[in-house]
Amino acid sequence: MFPRPIEQQSQAIRIGYQVALPIALFLWLLPLIGVAITSVKPASDLAAGNYFGMPSAIAVNNYAEIFTQSPIGQYIWNSFKVTIPTVIGTLVLSCLTGFALGIYRFRGNIWIFFMFVAGNFVPFQILMVPVRDMTVNLGLYNTTTGLVLFHVAFQTGFCTLFMRNFIRALPRELIEAARVEGVSEFRIFWYVVLPLMRPAIAALSVLIFTFIWNDYFWATVLTTSKETQPVTAGLYSLNGQWIAQWQLVSAGAIVAALPPVAMFFLMQRHFIAGLTLGAVK
Amino acid sequence: MSIAISDTHSRRTWWRENQQKLTPYIFLIPGVLFFLVYVIIPIFESFWLSGYDWDGLGAKTWIGLDNYRELFDDEAFYTSLKNNVLWLVLYMLAVPAGLGIAIFLNQKVRGIRAYKSLFFFPFVISQVVVGLIFAWFYAPNFGLFYNLIEWATGSGIAILADPNLVTYGIIAAGLWPQIAYCMILYLTGLNAVDPEQIEAARLDGAKGFRMLWYVILPQLRPATFMAVVVTVIGALRSFDLVSIMTDGGPFGSSRVLSFYMFEQALSEYGYRMGYGAAIAVILFLIMMVFISGFIWKMVDDERKGL
Repeated sequence: MFPRPIEQQSQAIRIGYQVALPIALFLWLLPLIGVAITSVKPASDLAAGNYFGMPSAIAVNNYAEIFTQSPIGQYIWNSFKVTIPTVIGTLVLSCLTGFALGIYRFRGNIWIFFMFVAGNFVPFQILMVPVRDMTVNLGLYNTTTGLVLFHVAFQTGFCTLFMRNFIRALPRELIEAARVEGVSEFRIFWYVVLPLMRPAIAALSVLIFTFIWNDYFWATVLTTSKETQPVTAGLYSLNGQWIAQWQLVSAGAIVAALPPVAMFFLMQRHFIAGLTLGAVK
Repeated sequence: MSIAISDTHSRRTWWRENQQKLTPYIFLIPGVLFFLVYVIIPIFESFWLSGYDWDGLGAKTWIGLDNYRELFDDEAFYTSLKNNVLWLVLYMLAVPAGLGIAIFLNQKVRGIRAYKSLFFFPFVISQVVVGLIFAWFYAPNFGLFYNLIEWATGSGIAILADPNLVTYGIIAAGLWPQIAYCMILYLTGLNAVDPEQIEAARLDGAKGFRMLWYVILPQLRPATFMAVVVTVIGALRSFDLVSIMTDGGPFGSSRVLSFYMFEQALSEYGYRMGYGAAIAVILFLIMMVFISGFIWKMVDDERKGL
C-alpha cells in the first residue's frame, strides 16, 4: 500500500492525520458550505451584512419561495422527462451494440468500435448547428423528445465502449456451451449474457443519469421555454431574474443539485465502478 | 401443403446456419444508425456548412473560405484561442492535484470512505451549480474569496469583473470538480498497485518521492492516461462555466472557442450559422490533435490485447 499505512507511523503523525482530515475536507467544500448556509438565511441577514455568520433564523421559506414564485418545479420535472427516457434508451441500444461488438468476430468490428469511441471525444460544438437544424426540421425543436433523441445517440458512444469491454471480460465458455446446446443467438443474449450484465447496467444508469441531468449545453441549444427546459438551463434564466438575491440563487442551486447527489450516495459503488473503468489494467 | 412446410423448414435451417454471422449486424443497426445520424454525419455537415453564409432560416450562400478569412482577422477569435490554451495548460493541474489528494486519502482509518465520497462530491454536481457557487464565492463586497483577499492584502479583488483575471477565476472553478475526478481515478489506481513491489522497493530503501516516481507512478500509468484524456476533453469543452459565470464578459475577455461559437451561431446579435460552424471546425481540429493520439494508443493496446 502506498503511502505507508498510517497505523505503522508514530502516534503524533496518526493524530495529526486525524486532525488534518476534517480540516482539509472543510476547506475543500468551503464554497459549497457557504452556499448551503446562504440558502437558509433570511433575506434580512444578507441586507444587514451578515454574510458569513450563522443565519439569525433558518429560513426554510427561501425554498418555499423558489417553488411558489418561480417555475423551478416545472424545470425539475422537465429534467426528469429528459433524463429517464435517455437512460432507458441508451441502455437498450448499448446492450445490443456492446453484445454485438463484444461477442462476435467479424469484419469491421474494430472499426465500428472505434467509431463509437472517437465520436465520444468530439467537442459538442461541431455537432451543434447540424443537430439543431435537424431537430428543427423534425418538428422537435423546443421539445423534450428532441433533446432525448440527441442524448440517446451521443451517450450510446460511451456506453457501447463500456458494455463491450464488460462483455469481453465475461467467460466465453458460457456462450460456447450454450451454442453447443443449440441455443439460438437471440436467446443467448437474453438468457445468458443480459443477466450477467446487471452490474454494468447499474453503473451506466447512475452515470448517464448524472451526465444528462447536469447537461447544460444541449439544454440551451435545443430548448427555449419553461415548459421544456431542464433545470440547468432554467437556473441560468432564474439567475438573471434573481440578481443579488443570493439566498434564492443558492436555494435553487441546491435543489437542482439534489437528484444526482442522491443518486450518487445511493449507488456510490456502481457510480465509481463506471467512472473508473480503464483506470486499472 | 408439403411445399409450404419444407419452405419454412429450409428458411429455418438457413437462419440457423447463418445466425452467428447475421446476429451482430442486426444488433448493431439501431445503435449505429442513431450514432451516424446524430454524431458522425453532423461532423462532416459542419465542415460543409462552414463554407456558407447562413442565418439558419433563409437561403445559404456559398462563400468558400471567407468565414475562415474573417476568423483570422477577428480579435475575439484570438482572445478565445488564447483562453483555450490557458484552459488546457492550467486544467492539467488537476492531474497532479488529484494524485496528491488521492495519496493523502489512501489510508484505512475509520470513516475514510465517507471522506473519499465527500471529496469526490464536487464532480457529482452540475457545472451550472459549480458556476453559481463560485460566482457567489468571488462576488465583490460579500463573497468569501473577496473578503479573504481583502483581509490578507487590504483591498479585495472582483475577479469576475477584471478582464485580466476573469479566465483564471473560471478555470479555478473548473478545477474543483476536475480534481475530484482525477482523484477518484487515482484512488482506484492506487488500490490496484502491487503491494509486493512496494515491499521490495521498501527493502531497497526507497521511500517518499523516489518511491512515488520510480515504483508507484509507472504502475499508475492507466489511471494517468485516463486522467489526462478526461482533463483535455474537459478543458476544450469548457462552455458551461463561462456561460453561467460571466457570459463571456467582461468585454468578451473570458470567451473560449466553444462559447464564442455558440455566441456567433445563436446569440441575440443574429444567427451566423456558417461562421459558428467555422469556429467549431477549428475547435474540432485542435481536439483532433489530441484525439488521434488517444485513439492511436487505444488501437495499439487493443492489438496487443488480441
